[in-house]
Amino acid sequence: MTDGEILIDVKGVAKHFGDGETRVDALRDVDLQVRAGEVIALLGPSGSGKTTLLNVIGCILAPSAGKVTLDGETVFDGQWLRRDLRRLRLDKIGFIFQTHNLLPFLTAEENVAVVLDLAGWSVEKGRARAGDLLGYLEVDHRAAAKPALLSGGEAQRVAIARALANRPRIILADEPTAALDGKRAGLVMDLLRKLAVEQEACIVTVTHDEKIFDRFDRLVHLRDGRLADA
Amino acid sequence: MGPFAEASNIPLTTRDAVARMPGVAEAGAINFQNIEAAHAGASLRLYVIGYEPEHPGGPQRIAEGRGIGTSHFELVADRKTGLLTGETIRLGRNRFVVVGLVEGAMNAGGDPAVYVTLSDAMALQTELDPAAQRVQAARGVVSVKSASVAAVIARMAPGADVDLLAATVRQWKHLAALTQAEQEEILLSSVVDLARRQIGLFLGILLSVSAVVIALIIYTMTMEKLKQIATLKLIGAPDRTIVALIVQQALILGASGWGIGLVLILTVKDYFPRRVVLEPFNAMVLAGIIFAVCIAASGLGVRAAMKVDPATALGS
Repeated sequence: MTDGEILIDVKGVAKHFGDGETRVDALRDVDLQVRAGEVIALLGPSGSGKTTLLNVIGCILAPSAGKVTLDGETVFDGQWLRRDLRRLRLDKIGFIFQTHNLLPFLTAEENVAVVLDLAGWSVEKGRARAGDLLGYLEVDHRAAAKPALLSGGEAQRVAIARALANRPRIILADEPTAALDGKRAGLVMDLLRKLAVEQEACIVTVTHDEKIFDRFDRLVHLRDGRLADA
Repeated sequence: MGPFAEASNIPLTTRDAVARMPGVAEAGAINFQNIEAAHAGASLRLYVIGYEPEHPGGPQRIAEGRGIGTSHFELVADRKTGLLTGETIRLGRNRFVVVGLVEGAMNAGGDPAVYVTLSDAMALQTELDPAAQRVQAARGVVSVKSASVAAVIARMAPGADVDLLAATVRQWKHLAALTQAEQEEILLSSVVDLARRQIGLFLGILLSVSAVVIALIIYTMTMEKLKQIATLKLIGAPDRTIVALIVQQALILGASGWGIGLVLILTVKDYFPRRVVLEPFNAMVLAGIIFAVCIAASGLGVRAAMKVDPATALGS
């Protein structure tokens, strides 16, 4: 574990769906802290609650109980403390998906710049930042290509550039290497680690990909909605 | 309200009376009738206008050939009749030579016009009368129709007061007098009003069907993009951005349809049986209606997009 500042602080978080006989407890009294520079993996069998936890940290799903603090701001304490959760996500969180989820009608550069456009950046500054990020991820030579013309690795790097565009300090990744072969999966994880260190960000990854387990600082196991060990 | 909105019948001498009135530069008598004539093995429905050559009431502009030069058995036809210059066609008992062609001359029902001399037109009316009337004519009884016309067209002298002349004709000649603007108003509000309403009804039905089609297309396109919409929501796009994307799609669809429709109608309107006049204002009004239809039609897609859970962007 690094000694950077705490970027994700989840305390006593529970989430259940339904009530009475149909009640399902997806998360039970989960405590989790992730610091700047850390790269952790959420592991567990299907239905263990890892996606639910990722959704709670990503401010997509309201917990039933508990407290969530992101980048020093308490965002949930019995209720959402921010009205505009999309703006909260835009400002604080970057998402990387299993399949890159790039918008097919935009070029690689536009896919990155769209986040900055949403954040209120000017078009010129947004394009410049997108260009810089694509260069940083060594995919700037494909800036004008549409996603359909990118290889799997290139598309995932563009998706990572998009996740980093608005300088979030929390990156949530959902199976980011599932669509990649072993070599490319390793490259992507090395890249994420580099980002975590250089940008003082933390990276929380849901994965089943055993070949990349050794790339994480911590493996957080979930079983029946509880943290099994960390 | 004659001669356009209802039948009219006035003595031929009215033309001389009108021509002598102060402010009138010249006057001409006209009459008209619909007849069916055989041509090239098919039946041709024609709107025969009889006029006095060298007087108002004849064809406005000869597009091909020449105007009528003799007193009898020559005609100038609208192109939509399919007649060609030099051809002949039997009208009544006589065969007429086509000496010229005009464009855009037809009656409110869409029948193409042919111009003949007034005397030929009056004879044609008599020849087409029932047998009993022809017997009377053979006995020497002058037919009422032979000495009557449908209307007199007066061309005003420069600076003459047309309203004053019309009032004078009404007061002293006991005839209806209409200015060109009044005739146009009668045509639009009375004669072609029913056709206009019918077209309006068809337009309403077509727009309703278009709205449903656009709504279904936009809905289908939205359903195909649920993952992209979820991704946009997840990365922080506000609802207005997503709504704008869907409405934009609907508007592009509508604008494309409007553009294609406009090009199509401008290309084929000359082949319509009726004369189609599409003014820029009409096209703009239609664009406005299509805009409203697209906005309304995108509602279904917007509703589907608003229901998308951003969490669906996660996972495969």
